[in-house]
Amino acid sequence: MIDTFRETFREEALEILAELENSLLQLDEQPEDAEVIDRVFRALHTIKGAGAMAGFDDVADFTHDIESVYDLVRNEQIPATSDLISLTLAARDQIKTMVISSFGGKAADPVETARIMEAYRALLPRVASPIPDKAGLPSSAGAKGPEVTYRIRFRPSLELFHRGINPLGLLKELDRRGHCRIVAQTDVIPPLEKLDPELCYTYWDVILTTTEDIEDIRDVFIFVESESELTIDVIDDGGLLDQDGDYKKLGEILVERGDLPAEDLQRILNEKERLGDILMERRLVDGFKIESALIEQEEIKGLRLGRQNLESVASVRVRSEKLDSLVNLIGELVTVQARLTQTAIGSRNPELEAIAEEVERLTWDLRDQVLNIRMLPIGSTFSKFKRLVRDLSSELGKNVSLVTEGAETELDKTVIERLHDPLVHLIRNCVDHGIEKPQERAVKGKSAQGKVYLSAAHSGATVILEVRDNGAGLNRGAIRARAVKRGLLPPEGDISDRELFKLIFLPGFSTAEKVSTVSGRGVGLDVVRRVIEEMRGTVEVASPDGEGTVFTIKLPLTLAIIDGLLVKIGAESYVFPLSAVEECIELKGDDAARSHGRNLVNLRGEIIPYIRLREQFSVHGVPPEIEQIVVVQLASQRVGFVVDQVVGEHQTVIKSLGRMYQGVAGLSGATILGNGSVALILDLRQLLQMQEEAEDLFSEGLQQGLRQMTRN
Amino acid sequence: MNKTKKIMAVDDSPSIRQMLSFTLKQAGYEVVEAVDGKDALVKFAAENIQMLITDLNMPNMDGITLIREIRKNSANRFMPIIMLTTESQETKRQEGKTAGASAWIVKPFKPEQLLGVVRMVLA
Repeated sequence: MIDTFRETFREEALEILAELENSLLQLDEQPEDAEVIDRVFRALHTIKGAGAMAGFDDVADFTHDIESVYDLVRNEQIPATSDLISLTLAARDQIKTMVISSFGGKAADPVETARIMEAYRALLPRVASPIPDKAGLPSSAGAKGPEVTYRIRFRPSLELFHRGINPLGLLKELDRRGHCRIVAQTDVIPPLEKLDPELCYTYWDVILTTTEDIEDIRDVFIFVESESELTIDVIDDGGLLDQDGDYKKLGEILVERGDLPAEDLQRILNEKERLGDILMERRLVDGFKIESALIEQEEIKGLRLGRQNLESVASVRVRSEKLDSLVNLIGELVTVQARLTQTAIGSRNPELEAIAEEVERLTWDLRDQVLNIRMLPIGSTFSKFKRLVRDLSSELGKNVSLVTEGAETELDKTVIERLHDPLVHLIRNCVDHGIEKPQERAVKGKSAQGKVYLSAAHSGATVILEVRDNGAGLNRGAIRARAVKRGLLPPEGDISDRELFKLIFLPGFSTAEKVSTVSGRGVGLDVVRRVIEEMRGTVEVASPDGEGTVFTIKLPLTLAIIDGLLVKIGAESYVFPLSAVEECIELKGDDAARSHGRNLVNLRGEIIPYIRLREQFSVHGVPPEIEQIVVVQLASQRVGFVVDQVVGEHQTVIKSLGRMYQGVAGLSGATILGNGSVALILDLRQLLQMQEEAEDLFSEGLQQGLRQMTRN
Repeated sequence: MNKTKKIMAVDDSPSIRQMLSFTLKQAGYEVVEAVDGKDALVKFAAENIQMLITDLNMPNMDGITLIREIRKNSANRFMPIIMLTTESQETKRQEGKTAGASAWIVKPFKPEQLLGVVRMVLA
């Protein structure tokens, strides 16, 4: 097609050039003849316009100044001298050479081209270089900037329709350029008997969020701009400045738009009623104007909130309830699938079994995908903590900075939400108790700025979060003294650091000498521990000598569905969280007898205490000859749990226990098995704790057992 | 575009007429070509035109006169008219607007620019 354009242009240009030659010669004889001058001008005009469009840019450029000169001649500003005509004849020949050269003729002499152009330029008055040619509608190409939100008020002239302009076209064009909310303002439409249907009384308010810049937006109105009232304000710059979810109040917006005088606003605000209602009631501001201002408020708030929630996550936004119900459905599906598998196995129908297997595979994939959807990078919460540390350190007169790591680590949405408070607490602890004042640090030869590290990382099916500081570390003496005072420790007696530090998670345990506004108000680390454990996680603290404090939180990736290990005790089914399980070993009757009722087992040389769940849950009946010990790792401690039978892995959809059973210790929930019966999910940590409390001698028993074993 | 709109393209340059015609037809419009104002008026009376695109500098009858003539007929008072100009001068454009042009396109233009403006004024 391009070639056809060029071909057409060549024919046209040669024809025009021949005519131009005649006209020029005629002009030489009658230099005042307006009609001839017009003909010359038009020929140049057409060559320039058509040339540029057919891709003859050299021709268009060359002709541009010549056309301008003849425009001046046409307006009788400069005379058509014989010199000018000679020059134009030379130019005409040059154009002809240019046109033909692109079809295989000899190239135009660039020196000659430059000479002629220079000569014409000299004839033109020295004006600022002409405004660059701008087509009516510039292409909106170019680098995409950040999303900016504009407030646009477009009040066209009453006679808008008389020029054949439909304002809806302009509004549609705006809509094409981004996310657009439009409110028509109708307050100046006269009553019907006075209304002239050919006039445009309506005007419009638009809130537009787009990546285009203000000039591009203005260009939409280019055809009507001079006779319209057009105001465009940037009301949100894509988050470059304001990170707050808040936006201006309705009153402020109306005053800013000039819809409401500031003094009126002040008067009404003093009356303490809903502003919008008062304004409407008293007809101070038209209803549509209020609507428009409210839309502005809503849009910006929505935008800013969206930015906060999904920082740098480019994705579809879905209401979280939808996700929750999806997860619930998956839970149901997993349960039904387990039933299907069981039925299939029972049916001894190979075809059905194959189908059940297929369904199982798909269900697991689906489960993983859906749970994945709920995963969010934890980094979105990190910025809040930066702020927290900044505020705290200035409040406490300390110099502390927060270093974060692993912001991209993904965690279930609900886990992230519930983690917020514990993390705030731990960070506060680090800043308040951990990091020393600058003077103190200087004395110790540490850098003036204390650092708090917050890191997140995946480790299998768990996430490990670490809150660490390079402060003074835990004060062993103070903790011990406090523990002794509260009767938690005998005045003398040996205790490992690990055991000692555990104490700080007990309710009401605070070593802070004085209560500061920041921490030490009794709402202590016990709350942190409780929240973490509610999420089936663990929290530990360590404090290497003089090197600060490290809190380590381990959490399961998700709260809704876990991999479990299904076991049986008598007729009852129980589920272990698989992530904690290390291995399963057999416990023969004579092994148990040999440890003299001490409940210890030798696992490849390591002595491991075990708990008999049968006793714990008072299950009646006789245990089988060979029992099973499920060995689990609980916060760097290995413990065995004795069960009758290990059934195998189980996709565990966690259901909360009814209100009646909420307080039952040792259980964290329930799940429904394939056959419809209920299995209880074990809270291993609580079980261990119960056991430790029940027999204070548990660790002592371990000691004794060790002695015995070494004796044997 | 449920109904094909008929657009009249007026320009004395065959190159530009061809370009206009080709671009608009590609976009699904029907096109009637005219070589100058006089030709346009005659064809306009015979066809049911929904939109006019016209050059300003033409022999016999120029674009401004054509726009005025068309707007004289009250049936065409609200029809969109786009003028093609090479001048970036405000005066010519102003003259066109006063005569009743809805919009303008500065030559040279790209097909998508033409379509952008057409789309906008045809609403």
